[in-house]
Amino acid sequence: MIQNINKAFESRVRLGVMSVLMVNEKLDFNALKELLQLTDGNLASHLKALEKAGFIDVHKQFIGRKPNTQYMATQEGKKAFLAHLEALENLVKKSKKS
Amino acid sequence: MMKQQQEYLNEITEIRSLMERSSRFLSLSGLSGVMAGVYALLGAAFAYWTIYQNDYQLVYRRVDLGETNTINLLILDALLVLTLSLLTGLFLTHRKAKKAGASLWDKQARQLLINLMIPLFTGGILSLILLQRGYVGIIAPLTLIFYGLALVNVSKYTFTDVRQLGLIEIALGLISCVYIGYGLLFWAIGFGILHIAYGLLMYVKYEKGKQ
Repeated sequence: MIQNINKAFESRVRLGVMSVLMVNEKLDFNALKELLQLTDGNLASHLKALEKAGFIDVHKQFIGRKPNTQYMATQEGKKAFLAHLEALENLVKKSKKS
Repeated sequence: MMKQQQEYLNEITEIRSLMERSSRFLSLSGLSGVMAGVYALLGAAFAYWTIYQNDYQLVYRRVDLGETNTINLLILDALLVLTLSLLTGLFLTHRKAKKAGASLWDKQARQLLINLMIPLFTGGILSLILLQRGYVGIIAPLTLIFYGLALVNVSKYTFTDVRQLGLIEIALGLISCVYIGYGLLFWAIGFGILHIAYGLLMYVKYEKGKQ
């Protein structure tokens, strides 16, 4: 029953990051921080984990002199997220029946 | 089991809300629609008075739009309505965004504005060109149609009700193409009455009692 429930998405924050990256082509660190209302450190560690899993791509660039990091979901990340969502929905449906 | 189910449901709800909040501009104030409608009606009343003021006899309604003075006055009137609507809209939306703790000028707002402006500018420039050539009657239908297209275009970046309003504006514009000469009436309906109606609808739906 727990199959397809992805370990990487057990954390609310990671699930949140993937949710907003599904509907936005790319977002920078500050936009993510504001949307999810997190501290720098907290968000950074979760982003690292998602990057390691291969679920997000990171692009570092400079806007003027300020460093700016853009994040976008990879194909693999999108697939994993959708599978996770489907698994969640199935769990809800199943437990409704029982 | 029940508790778990509730947990999953919460998670799905949260995902949906995050997706919505991160891709749509939801600070748009319904009241700004109402105010824009009021300005439009006042502007239309002024235009009516300007056009028909020399119309003493109860014979034909001879509309004299040939005079450049009248045309300029009408353009000024329309621009005044547009400017007042935008300023009021900006003010009310800023107030709503502040209350919700959201920022006014974020990525969603930019998306909304840029995608609104593309059809709107196209329609505006086309109208000015046609006006220069003397095609006065086609201006009201054209502005309604292009405004409707602009609304349909931005509906994916804000409340979905905007799409419906856009479709009605397009239909109204097309109908007024057939009844050229009643442009002012259609204009007052499209920019005045419809704005007030949808502004109120959105105010009641999204704002009233939620502040």
